[in-house]
Amino acid sequence: MEGSILQYDFIIKGLLGAVFASITAGLAGTYIVSKRMVFLSGGITHASFGGIGIGYYFGFNPVLGAAIFGILSALGVEYLSERQKIREDSAIGILWAFGMAIGIIFIFLTPGYTPNLMSYLFGSILTVTNADIIALGIMSVVLILYFGIFYRTILYISFDESFARTYSSYVNIFKYVTTALVALTIVLNIRMAGVVLVLSLLTIPPNIAMIFTKVYSKIILWSVLAGFIGTAAGYAISYFAGIPVGATIIFTLVIIWVVVKLIFQMVKYMKKDKRS
Amino acid sequence: MANLLEMRSLSASYDNNVVLENVDFAVGENDFIGVIGPNGGGKTTLLKVILGLIKPVKGKIIFNDDLLKGNSIGYLPQISTGDASYPVTVTDIILSGMMIRKRLLSRMSAHDKVKAREIIEKLGLSGMERSSLSELSGGQIQRVFLGRAIIGNPKLLLLDEPGNFVDSTFENDFYAKLKELNNRMAILMVSHDIGMISSHVKSYACVNRSLHYHPSSEISNEQLLAYGCPIQLITHGEVPHTVLKTHS
Repeated sequence: MEGSILQYDFIIKGLLGAVFASITAGLAGTYIVSKRMVFLSGGITHASFGGIGIGYYFGFNPVLGAAIFGILSALGVEYLSERQKIREDSAIGILWAFGMAIGIIFIFLTPGYTPNLMSYLFGSILTVTNADIIALGIMSVVLILYFGIFYRTILYISFDESFARTYSSYVNIFKYVTTALVALTIVLNIRMAGVVLVLSLLTIPPNIAMIFTKVYSKIILWSVLAGFIGTAAGYAISYFAGIPVGATIIFTLVIIWVVVKLIFQMVKYMKKDKRS
Repeated sequence: MANLLEMRSLSASYDNNVVLENVDFAVGENDFIGVIGPNGGGKTTLLKVILGLIKPVKGKIIFNDDLLKGNSIGYLPQISTGDASYPVTVTDIILSGMMIRKRLLSRMSAHDKVKAREIIEKLGLSGMERSSLSELSGGQIQRVFLGRAIIGNPKLLLLDEPGNFVDSTFENDFYAKLKELNNRMAILMVSHDIGMISSHVKSYACVNRSLHYHPSSEISNEQLLAYGCPIQLITHGEVPHTVLKTHS
């Protein structure tokens, strides 16, 4: 009896996690993929590991530490590249390694055993707390509202920022707010897929969607759907096969991407064949 | 004829270099002004000052708020802005030009979408409504951006080097279209190619750090020499033509 309740709890958690992860990753992912911010997002992800280490050392919630690190590094890179004071890709590369270094040093200095380290690096649904799920749920609502209300403004600013500046004085505010939300999305999904793999949770679904649509709003919808299928299936497979969940989710998503791409190419080829 | 905007003893700099100095210049309601001058002379900076992207370091620019309500300025930038592989459709890009008339929270109405369809048809882009820029030719992309610049029905249209991308088959259509637009909006067209625009504009502004305005579309060689513009002579004969003078 007890076992089945635990199992039930595990399934609910996994399912909710999959729903919220795919919503947040689909929205934020479409933004970063379209705007070619994948490398910056990788930098944010790894920089946030520094916050995790500091959280461990000083004994506060590592996710909070990661969120502060992630958001500050994201805004810092945006601000500096805006002023064209830095070579953006180099700065991201430095930030990337620096965050990891801080994280490793502080976790090393933390007295005693740190059992959750692996779960932060590679993700583990077992260590996902109810608070994590609730945070992801709130994040989903925030992102849906934000993208729903400001859809066109966000789309137009990210497509052609310099043109947007000719009619709007809100360009910078939107840029910074969206980047901060992306950073927060990444950090909250670290529990699911881990520092090393989380970025793929954001980048693969939009790339699946972009195989068959170029309409921004549809890319978002298809990304969420593809993300959900990949996450839920990956979760189930990892459960039954007893393999790490983060890696299984990413593996499943890549397989989906390859299969969809192949099918789409074949359909395209057959259509061409018919015409000739 | 009322002025849309007026610059008074205006100076502007770019990266701490003074690019425009002591400029007095006005744009009237139905003007069609060709902005000419050498590269780096301040032509684009002039447009950016009008768009509010660069603040003058000295002097001022005064807008006629009755005519130029809010941001009623259409802008066709040089093609480099905007990522061609960005997943956004032709219709959405053209609709983005409506933002000059929108408040932050207002949405696109059905009427806006009808207007976008009309513009797509007029610019010969039918069938490409849902295409992204990566599927279009350079000339077609240019027309999409022209559509974006005019859909908000601005009172002033700024064109930055449109000649660079207009394909030859569309060139005549393009200038005919501008002529028609000029009936309801003033146009300021930047070009380094005087020959190309000479038969279309009503007047000239020569920009090379300073600005000299020529009310008629004919410029004498002496004037050009005095202002340090490219040495070309433009005449209006039976057929508009350009005579290139030898370099001094």
